[in-house]
Amino acid sequence: MTERLDGRQAPPADAAGGPSTGPAAPPSKKSRLGPSPAVAIAFLLPAALLLGIWVVYPIVYSLFRSLFDATGQGFVGLGNYATIFTDSGMLTTIRNNLIWVVVAPIVVTTLGLIFAVLTERIRWATAFKLIVFMPMAVSLMAAGVIFRLVYEENPDRGVANAILTTVHDTFSSAQGYPEARPREGDQSQVADQNGAVVTKQPAQAGQPVLIPIVGVRPEFMPSDAQPARAPAAGDGLAGTVWFDFTPGGGGVNGAVDGSERGLPGMTVEAVGSGGEVAATATTAEDGTFQFEGLPAGSYTVRLPQSNFEASYGGLTWLGPTLITPAIIGAFVWVWAGFAMVLIAAGLAAIPRDALEAARIDGASEWQVFRKITVPLLSPVLLVVFVTMIINTLKVFDLVFIIAPASVQPQANVVALEMWRVSFGGGGNQGLGSALAIFLLILVLPFMIMNIRRFRRGDS
Amino acid sequence: MTTATVPAPSRLEAGAPRRGLAGRIVDRLGSGVVQVVMVVLGLFWLVPTLGLLVVSLRTTQVNNAEGWWTVFTKPAELTIQNYANLLGSGFTASFWNTVLITVPTTILVIGIAAMAGYAFAWMDFPGRDTTFLVVVGLLIVPIQIALIPVASLYGGAGIFGTIPGVVLFHVAFGLPFAIFLLRNFFVGIPASLLEAARMDGASEWKIFAQVVFPLGKPAIASLGIFQFLWVWNDMLIALVFADTGNQPMTKYLQSQMRQFGSNVDILSSGAFMSLVIPLVLFFAFQRYFVQGMMAGSVK
Repeated sequence: MTERLDGRQAPPADAAGGPSTGPAAPPSKKSRLGPSPAVAIAFLLPAALLLGIWVVYPIVYSLFRSLFDATGQGFVGLGNYATIFTDSGMLTTIRNNLIWVVVAPIVVTTLGLIFAVLTERIRWATAFKLIVFMPMAVSLMAAGVIFRLVYEENPDRGVANAILTTVHDTFSSAQGYPEARPREGDQSQVADQNGAVVTKQPAQAGQPVLIPIVGVRPEFMPSDAQPARAPAAGDGLAGTVWFDFTPGGGGVNGAVDGSERGLPGMTVEAVGSGGEVAATATTAEDGTFQFEGLPAGSYTVRLPQSNFEASYGGLTWLGPTLITPAIIGAFVWVWAGFAMVLIAAGLAAIPRDALEAARIDGASEWQVFRKITVPLLSPVLLVVFVTMIINTLKVFDLVFIIAPASVQPQANVVALEMWRVSFGGGGNQGLGSALAIFLLILVLPFMIMNIRRFRRGDS
Repeated sequence: MTTATVPAPSRLEAGAPRRGLAGRIVDRLGSGVVQVVMVVLGLFWLVPTLGLLVVSLRTTQVNNAEGWWTVFTKPAELTIQNYANLLGSGFTASFWNTVLITVPTTILVIGIAAMAGYAFAWMDFPGRDTTFLVVVGLLIVPIQIALIPVASLYGGAGIFGTIPGVVLFHVAFGLPFAIFLLRNFFVGIPASLLEAARMDGASEWKIFAQVVFPLGKPAIASLGIFQFLWVWNDMLIALVFADTGNQPMTKYLQSQMRQFGSNVDILSSGAFMSLVIPLVLFFAFQRYFVQGMMAGSVK
């Protein structure tokens, strides 16, 4: 077995629509009227010069430079490398890279696989593929601006929080009444207790409980609120929560007047003498509530504090906690199309017979997928996965653009820190070189893997 | 196949009718769910870019007051004012700088890599295979490794901050992929074609220029579009090696990021301008784009 790279096999370029006149005739030494090595060197010279000066020499230079301090005069040995692993800011950076490397490739590859499989089952597969693949053509800078807009915290501006709050409000009936408070005073039936509203006297079944609330800001008044109605004295513990305010004046404090409106969506609790919550109810559009299945006895009726908190406003995507997951989201948006297209090509190459045979033998779709499709796809999945690992290690633009300046320390990654330390105001090219070498060492295993795989595939 | 022959017929007969009916119902249901899921996913991928477009077509005041999705009820608020403002800003110059960096880089990479790829594919010289393995290794070298050394080289040569400096850096880092792609393509050219030309006494340069290069068009197209997009979209190299007078769009827009809130008008319209040409290229040449991507991943 020689290590010649003569391309006895169909080369990868076949995928690029290479001359498809069967397997390429191997250029063997005997049949070749090759030119002299001098001609070959002439053809290679421009590339060799560029690669030598711009790529190979810098690797050597960086290795040496990383052993010196910021001035380039003082030899510090491995001191710069020690800094990488001890400085607290650097450790955050490395931790972030670790999160990136663990999370992003898995998510991208999985999504790519799901997309590739599902596109086979829709008629508009081409349109879907174009849409998902499109971000590949967009610069990471533009993708960064796109996601700065998506992640704006105000749900009236950022589409991410707009969706979250809409979904949240759909599933949660609890309405927020921030700044609302009970009508206080000796005459009042209710009082404030650590932000919650409680009845002063224990309530019993048959006596309607009146809970007057004031200070409801107009913008928080639900549009579906109906005129308040005092519950009829009947069986069971029931009552009304209402906005005890008559527009235009008039009305009796603490009494349900005709023009006053109920407060829907309030959570009401019946609290027993031991302090335990015996039952929970929610007010209707006219503000009335009724406890179902409550044992007879006397209870304090309470509106818990949660009723008076501001409504849900979404997540702080660009804050210190969520910034890395948020940027990974943008990364997934950019790269899922790449994974999908590569995996879809692999999928198309799977012999249909194998799948059909398994289906005829009674295998479920999931079994076919698990036991046949995925194993046959594993070489492609590996290529996608490894490509994504390399990309996450080099991630720079997205972090730089999406993370606001104040949050950049929490979002930092090695590639960005390298730039910051050396050019972005850090002024320490010794440490910068050490970071660059560190990055090179991180991709080294994949470099070796590429070379090995290429040799195996080509000889 | 042979292992399944004996039990298969009975199972087929027994299972076929049930599977036919129930299976079809499940398929219908399943395909309905799949349709919905795919529409939602498609929206996830479409909406962010759509948002950028709408934001770029509204004034800062409108953008600060309400979400871009209100455009569906208030289309009258759309305006091209932001784009008109771009014309008078530093953006225009940065757009041309991007062109001046991208076009020469793409041409140089194609020319230099095609020559090297031809040598690797069809010429014999000592150490050829080892050298090519080095190129394969260089495919994924992070560009960070070269920023500091090349910056000091450029300082000495007096081209730091200039467009030629940026171009040469891009060319060098574009070469490993380009050589890899083209060499693998050229290897597939039928040997008889080249041998016939050599027998006729054609010079290597003539064979390269008149036989190999024209035959390599599909791969060269893939490489060209890839290289173009890569350089057009670069920010890191520009940040380091292009000074303010020579900066491409990415660097110009980055410099506006600090006041994101008040610069949304410039940033959104500028970012959208920067992605119009890549998107046009992408839609026009998606076939080559995909092919280049497939050939580029080492299998």
